[in-house]
Amino acid sequence: MDILDIQNLHVGFRINDTFYDAVDGVSFTLKNNEILAIVGESGCGKSTLATAIIGLHHEQNARVTGKILFGERNLLECSEEEMNHIRGAEIAMIFQDPLSALNPLMRIGDQIEEALTYHTDYSRDEREEKVLQLLKQVGISKPEQVARQFPHQLSGGMRQRVMIAIAISCKPKIIIADEPTTALDVTIQAQILDLLKELQNETEAGIILITHDLGVVAEMADRVMVMYAGEIIEEAPVQKLFASPKHPYTRLLFNSMPQLHSTNERLNAIEGIVPSLTHLPRTGCRFASRIPWIPKDAHEEQPIFHEISKGHFVKCTCWKYFNFQHESSINR
Amino acid sequence: MSFMQIIDLKVHYPIRGGFFNSIVDWVYAVDGIDMEFEQGKTYGLVGESGCGKSTTGKAIIGLEKITSGKILFEGEDVTKERKSRTSHFHREVQMIFQDSHSSLNPRKRIADILAEPIRNFLNLTPREERKKIDELLAIVGMPGDSKEKFPHEFSGGQKQRINIARALATNPKLIIADEPVSALDLSVQAQVLNFMKDVQKEFGLTYLFISHDLGVVKHMCDYIFIMYKGRFVECGTKQDIYQNPKHLYTKRLLNSIPATTPLGREKRKWARQEFEKMYEKHIHKAFDENGRVYDLIPISDTHYVSASSVKEVV
Repeated sequence: MDILDIQNLHVGFRINDTFYDAVDGVSFTLKNNEILAIVGESGCGKSTLATAIIGLHHEQNARVTGKILFGERNLLECSEEEMNHIRGAEIAMIFQDPLSALNPLMRIGDQIEEALTYHTDYSRDEREEKVLQLLKQVGISKPEQVARQFPHQLSGGMRQRVMIAIAISCKPKIIIADEPTTALDVTIQAQILDLLKELQNETEAGIILITHDLGVVAEMADRVMVMYAGEIIEEAPVQKLFASPKHPYTRLLFNSMPQLHSTNERLNAIEGIVPSLTHLPRTGCRFASRIPWIPKDAHEEQPIFHEISKGHFVKCTCWKYFNFQHESSINR
Repeated sequence: MSFMQIIDLKVHYPIRGGFFNSIVDWVYAVDGIDMEFEQGKTYGLVGESGCGKSTTGKAIIGLEKITSGKILFEGEDVTKERKSRTSHFHREVQMIFQDSHSSLNPRKRIADILAEPIRNFLNLTPREERKKIDELLAIVGMPGDSKEKFPHEFSGGQKQRINIARALATNPKLIIADEPVSALDLSVQAQVLNFMKDVQKEFGLTYLFISHDLGVVKHMCDYIFIMYKGRFVECGTKQDIYQNPKHLYTKRLLNSIPATTPLGREKRKWARQEFEKMYEKHIHKAFDENGRVYDLIPISDTHYVSASSVKEVV
């Protein structure tokens, strides 16, 4: 069942009185009990997309157009008051840096209770009980003690657990996790990811997992979307994407990972840099400038999505002609 | 032959409190480590956050007071000397930091940033200095017109290259790289790592590569130190550590590297949780009665493991 349906979403930021689209025509759906991963480099628009869904952009500086259908409602047409009831209760978000997302002057227990006070009609005792239950649920062994502590007294992993407890407190239908493990150690990362997955099994929420770490994607996702320069350039079920990535960007990205079992002296880097927002090419294949050895006519003039097998979509036609640079130099 | 030795390095921080702000306790950030550096090699220093790996790097270069221990550079004791700004030691040992942006002065142009170590150490005429800056920019593959620009005009990867150029200005022997690529994207990370390898070959540099990313460390390093609670729990060549890990903590670190394929992830998750239970049960054996990690014991020419006795190492 689709719980979120995004159609042709544009998010533009004002720079010197002109709006530049950081998210440029993105459409996708999210089912319940599904983990949808959005992968991309910094500046590709993945976090902007997430904050647009829960309506965190200010009207003056950002222009959001398109449709975000959540059930019957279009979130872009909701009033601020309606959004306040949706945010936290039906759509929750977990941020990358738990220390700056938590209030440093409030005790952990009060911060979790805040969401319950606002969104539910539990009595005070019920809320307190619920706080302890939530802390236990996210794997904190001494909930009574932690509820009385302040954020700075907890380790990074514990803080992220508290963030997750706040996110799940009102049983949301959608959880948006923006780089939930980037600030954590590898040993803690696995624990937090396992926890998210277990909680999802209980609540059947849909999770949008935003990350730049392909390892996290491999462990968690059901479906993956790869973003580049504000656009989705490839979408596929996770097994398909890892077994046979198609778009040049996806293939180059996989290729640039340091492989544990390879003995290659050099890593394969992607030439060039992600173009900045004001210099984005708005027509044609946006990745063309970083694969200059691919002939120009391999790209479409107006790239569209092609379904190359069931559930596997690729933008532009350049993938058919793509080979890695070192291969192409051999052919010549 | 090693050109630099670190002997029993300790960095302890006092915790103050109570009456008259007296010292109530100590944090043993680095608690007795030995290292040796040979020319042209890359040494990895791995551990989770808070284990003291950055403190070690800073203590070596003199940004952190050391409580006890010695640093020998080419046979000379430089433990005291490393604090003075003009010391010869600082020409030979340079550092690259994790955050490429905050380690560049935002109000200085690139030319001035690169000129700083040159002016401090190399007595050049203005013309020679300009030539040197051009050379440095050419080494790191930046266009010549970047001299006149400010740090904010560059991307993260480019800024990290400028940091490397600055570190190279005095032709050092050792560069301490504290998480040089963890703030960078995957594709840029590859560019910077390749580039670090290239300059290493060209100048015969030694790196002390501080990182928590075991994939990157495997790619870059010849010899690896695993750090846990301020002490080394295992050190050895890349092969020793990755193919034949002995200490429980090393195994845990290796075990937590995310796989790069979604196949079999349910099985991996189960294995991971079983391992975690085992780890919880047995990790107390890694400490002696004072709560310190045991001293290192050699088990081969290159491979050292922390244990109470050789018998304990299975």
